[in-house]
Amino acid sequence: MTYFRVEDLAIHFGGIKAVDGVNFEVEKGEVFSIIGPNGAGKTTIFNLISRIYEPTEGKLVFEDQDITNVPPHQIAKRGIARTFQNIELFEHATVLQNLLLGQHAHRKSNLASELLFLPGVRQQELRFREKIEEVIDFLDLAHYRDSMIMNLPYGVRKVVELARALCTEPKLLLLDEPSSGLNVEETEDMGFWIDDIKKDLGITVLMVEHDMGLVSEVSDKVLALNYGRVLATGTPEEVQRDPEVVKAYLGG
Amino acid sequence: MRFIFKTEYQQDVKLFPHGGAVFWYSLLIAAMFAAPLVLDEFYIGEITYVLIFTIIGVGLMILTGYTGLVSLGHAAFLGIGAYAEAYLLGQGLPFLITVPISGFIAAAFGVALGVPALRMTGIYLAIATLAFAIIVAEVFARWESVTGGYGGMQVPDITLFGIDIYEDWQFYYICLIVTLIVMFGALNLLRSPTGRALVAIRDSEIAAQSMGVNLAKYKTLSFALSAGITGIAGALFAHKTVFLSPDSFSIVFSIQLLVMVVVGGLGSLHGAVYGAIFIGALPQIISIAKDYLPHAIGEQPSLEAGVFGLILVLFVLFEPLGIYGRWMKIKLFFQLFPLYKKATFKRQKSYMKSERVR
Ligand SMILES: Nc1ncnc2c1ncn2[C@@H]1O[C@H](COP(=O)(O)OP(=O)(O)OP(=O)(O)O)[C@@H](O)[C@H]1O
Ligand SMILES: [Mg+2]
Repeated sequence: MTYFRVEDLAIHFGGIKAVDGVNFEVEKGEVFSIIGPNGAGKTTIFNLISRIYEPTEGKLVFEDQDITNVPPHQIAKRGIARTFQNIELFEHATVLQNLLLGQHAHRKSNLASELLFLPGVRQQELRFREKIEEVIDFLDLAHYRDSMIMNLPYGVRKVVELARALCTEPKLLLLDEPSSGLNVEETEDMGFWIDDIKKDLGITVLMVEHDMGLVSEVSDKVLALNYGRVLATGTPEEVQRDPEVVKAYLGG
Repeated sequence: MRFIFKTEYQQDVKLFPHGGAVFWYSLLIAAMFAAPLVLDEFYIGEITYVLIFTIIGVGLMILTGYTGLVSLGHAAFLGIGAYAEAYLLGQGLPFLITVPISGFIAAAFGVALGVPALRMTGIYLAIATLAFAIIVAEVFARWESVTGGYGGMQVPDITLFGIDIYEDWQFYYICLIVTLIVMFGALNLLRSPTGRALVAIRDSEIAAQSMGVNLAKYKTLSFALSAGITGIAGALFAHKTVFLSPDSFSIVFSIQLLVMVVVGGLGSLHGAVYGAIFIGALPQIISIAKDYLPHAIGEQPSLEAGVFGLILVLFVLFEPLGIYGRWMKIKLFFQLFPLYKKATFKRQKSYMKSERVR
């Protein structure tokens, strides 16, 4: 069975068919990229997978379980984490607090024990921090641990958001344009990290990306989308050579 | 300048960031306990008010400062707590039980308001909470068998462990202890997953949800906690005012409470305290200033409301972080002196939203 499967997925906003019958399958341990022009429906697919949008039609299957009706706040618990195209960090909190929220899905304490900060809550906080330190080391964020997000430059925020997603200990990671707004050097780092996430952490990555250099470098498979429909699926080279795809990009 | 070297995770989890803070807060608490020995009865009464407002401030701060949900109806929760306290004491229940029950009753109303308000934010939520406050005030006025209507309601005296509480300093100690308990609980909550979930909701609902925060649950919880704490403050408030009447819990009062947390500094418990001191001191300052103002202004009946409104507008425009934010800046200024640079607290908005070419 495939690891993650999207079947006939569709969502209509009024007359706009933002996603219109999309099918694809992601294998465990691969990096799967979705490309396509602006407004193609890429972010909408992510919002459907995160269950923020209700699909008009279709099915989402993850690890052989139908997650089409799982409430959005339980998606993290299922092992799916994401980043956002326009960075959705908690601005008025520190990097550490942002990352700690990544562990929220693993919370076992209840309100009463937290009000008294019982030993169990303290143990849990220490456990959370151990996990987070691993991610901080992995992404080299030690320097920013106690900085407020609103004081950080854009490039660092991008990394913090990736870190927060990793702190949920995901099995499937959704990255919405990880390189947008980054300079050449930062994009290169991002490429290495995505590679490490796949190889060292064994996390399956589903990513939306415009930078074809990065896509070719890290992806095992690519899907091209336009007007909510799949144009082509295959290896990066295959998709880039596909006449439909070339037409979509050149014809605007 | 103090550098805090972190050598173990335990340090992040602690209640206070460093030993110095423990010392100063201990000193403050000791001074608070010693206050009745040195201060005049009048001042003890005033500080008691500040303590009650601090509790309200913590309650409102949880909802507005930490969860980002505006409430223009907190005087209603205060009133519910106050009337519940007076009624339950009148039924012969002991003080140690009536106060928590009053809090729970207010919390239940918090849930009743919070659940329908789940999908609302900003101005719509403000209007909904305002409407709630108007309805509750109306009920206080009309439900004469319980509240005594406009005739008012006498609040029975407190008996604690067989001792009648009638001196101001005795009641001061009760308020001080309740304040400390509420503060302790709030501090604990804020360094726990629940507190972080609330802050997450405030800053980005969509991200909070994707990290596993159940929005409906935590927003309702925030309403319940906020209303419950305010209800407890209401129970104390009832004893402080001795006599309850519906216009003690007016819309204007709700607005003053919101001004209190905004001026104190949203998103910090320090802000709740500063705001309470501000609210406690402002009427005195206004009444002193009245004598120096021209007659036409000084005798305006709505002078106080006007001043509150003006201060709110000024703070929102020029010091969104409130008194606490200003204090942090002053502190940093002295720590870094003479190297303070003006841009430290300027928001960095300069990053570009680059669109790619390909
Ligand atoms: N909530 C919504 N309501 C109405 N229309 C929507 C909504 N969300 C997305 N759309 C529409 O769906 C289409 C696809 O949008 P989407 O954000 O998925 O594009 P995208 O492929 O991510 O583009 P970009 O590269 O610019 O990020 C657009 O036409 C957009 O206007
Ligand atoms: Mg997009």
